[in-house]
Amino acid sequence: MRRLLASRWTGVAAAVLGLVMMGYGAYRGEVSTVFTKAINICLECIGIG
Amino acid sequence: MAKRKTNEWPRHGVQALWALLTNSYLIGFVQGKIYKGDLKKLCVPGMNCYSCPGAVGSCPIGSLQAVIGSWNFKFAFYAAGFLVFVGALVGRFVCGWLCPFGLIQDLLHKIPFPKKIQTFRGDKLLRKLKYVILVVFVILLPMFLVDVMGQGAPYFCKLICPVGTLEGGIPLVLMNKSMHSVLGWLYAWKNVLLVATILLPPGGHLLGV
Repeated sequence: MRRLLASRWTGVAAAVLGLVMMGYGAYRGEVSTVFTKAINICLECIGIG
Repeated sequence: MAKRKTNEWPRHGVQALWALLTNSYLIGFVQGKIYKGDLKKLCVPGMNCYSCPGAVGSCPIGSLQAVIGSWNFKFAFYAAGFLVFVGALVGRFVCGWLCPFGLIQDLLHKIPFPKKIQTFRGDKLLRKLKYVILVVFVILLPMFLVDVMGQGAPYFCKLICPVGTLEGGIPLVLMNKSMHSVLGWLYAWKNVLLVATILLPPGGHLLGV
């Protein structure tokens, strides 16, 4: 396990995994959910909602 | 051998430049509005509330909660994938070099004070608290504590996050008189948390997991 974590290929695999996850999330429409939330004032975030 | 003091100002310069770049919608600070353009489809590394008047990108933590809490998704591949990708590539580089709130805390730390507490009893245990907050407030509560429509709220942003208070809550409330009448205990609580966060040593960040 330690050798696996110490290997530089683990980092590469994690980066690739991250990209795949981002691509899949975008494919299934998560970006529009993020966008809708981001362009409206988040009342919860600012302490009102 | 005396410890060599590192000049931190180049790092602060990078932090400031990145903070300016990711909060470059300066007209928002003048008009009390937020940016609504397409760049908000992209997450930015570090904690930068998307309700900051200047923010041109989305906070990854807020995005995580927005997707997890939505009625049609139960896991946020896009936002989580962004964090995995950035973490795999640069680790905690973001915390020290790109996070705007990290910059604020770094600059506050430079203010001289009679006695700065370096550590205290329970410090090591308290550092685990960030994992509890991540799992409970960022993931589980938006996922399971939902309304009749199946929508969960961004509980970390709502109840804990000081970044939203500092970058969004304070400027937007100052510039929008219509918001004054709806301020309540939640706004007060978030400002108490903000003051506490500013006074305490910088906390851990998500990428420190």
